[in-house]
Amino acid sequence: MVELALPRNSKITEGKKWPKPQNENNIREFKVYRWNPEDNQNPSIDTYYIDTEDCGPMVLDALMKIKSDIDTSLTFRRSCREGVCGSCAMNIDGVNRLACTTAIEDVKGAVSIYPLPHQKVIKDLVPDLKNFFEQHKSVEPWLHTKKEDPKEEWLQSKEDREQLDGLYECIMCACCSTSCPSYWWNSDKYLGPAALLQAYRWIIDSRDDERDERLDKLEDPFKLYRCHTIMNCAKACPKGLNPAKAIASIKKMLVERRVSK
Amino acid sequence: MNKPLSPHLSIYKFKLSLLMSIAHRITGGALYFSMIIFMFFLASLALGEQYYVVFSTIIGSWIGKLIMLGITWAIFHHMLGGLRHFIWDIGKGFEVKTVDQLAAITLLGGVLLTLIYWLVFFII
Repeated sequence: MVELALPRNSKITEGKKWPKPQNENNIREFKVYRWNPEDNQNPSIDTYYIDTEDCGPMVLDALMKIKSDIDTSLTFRRSCREGVCGSCAMNIDGVNRLACTTAIEDVKGAVSIYPLPHQKVIKDLVPDLKNFFEQHKSVEPWLHTKKEDPKEEWLQSKEDREQLDGLYECIMCACCSTSCPSYWWNSDKYLGPAALLQAYRWIIDSRDDERDERLDKLEDPFKLYRCHTIMNCAKACPKGLNPAKAIASIKKMLVERRVSK
Repeated sequence: MNKPLSPHLSIYKFKLSLLMSIAHRITGGALYFSMIIFMFFLASLALGEQYYVVFSTIIGSWIGKLIMLGITWAIFHHMLGGLRHFIWDIGKGFEVKTVDQLAAITLLGGVLLTLIYWLVFFII
């Protein structure tokens, strides 16, 4: 349901302002969302100052610098630090992206960092993505076959394989789904861009034998059709993929299927 | 402890494409309500000259014209927005660059068509 304002327990308050280092030229300001489940208070924005000469180039480097040198209680997910794992997805300067592939110098002014939007917060920048992964699971992202298993692997032509380009690269970071206003209001029923891109990845796989069944499952007013081509998803994707286009392709297949029947 | 909800609308950067989506909905809604005015127009036509004069006076006043300006813009903007959705429905125009171009064309086109309408009917 559309709820423009945040619930009472989610309203953001002014947080701690950490001291600014003296006589430094390359100071950048970081405003970071904080919430600790143990201290019984509303979320707040803490302000940190980092000397960029003494820090790596990416926003993730700054977060790690804060955690190691200033405030060890700062909590966030990270792993590969090279845009492959999708762990450090967060809202940086108003857009969802990976902290590890976002350069500090590409952000103007104070760098504001929030958890992925409209998600339950576990702690600080760590959102609860349970529903997101449940939705991924619901599209059954694996090969469904009816034919007898081949002796070796399932083969496909070069052209058929090319159909999967722009889809298989998804790292499930949730930047797209949590950037989508439709997903904000209806994430209980709408599958969202990430899960739908994955659904399409299996629908058009030439080796899959259950295309019709997969399409049947998506033909529902909410699961698929809450997409209104707002395009926040494609603009947010750190891998340059286009979930909106994949969703449109599914819609098109549903129409074509009706017409040809 | 109840987990808080992370901020969304208040922190997300508004992109042109998002604003266009909102504008498409608002103009669509406004057009529906403008049908009420159209209904009165039809009634005044059916009832004859003396009623028509009343309608004409109201809609010809500056406030009436202001409302008309809004309606004409909403029609053209929503029409071009609808065509944009047709392009998407056939699976084309999804590249981020194209999306921004289509948004700009819709926005400028809507204003331009409104301008032409007013020039033709009221200014020239």
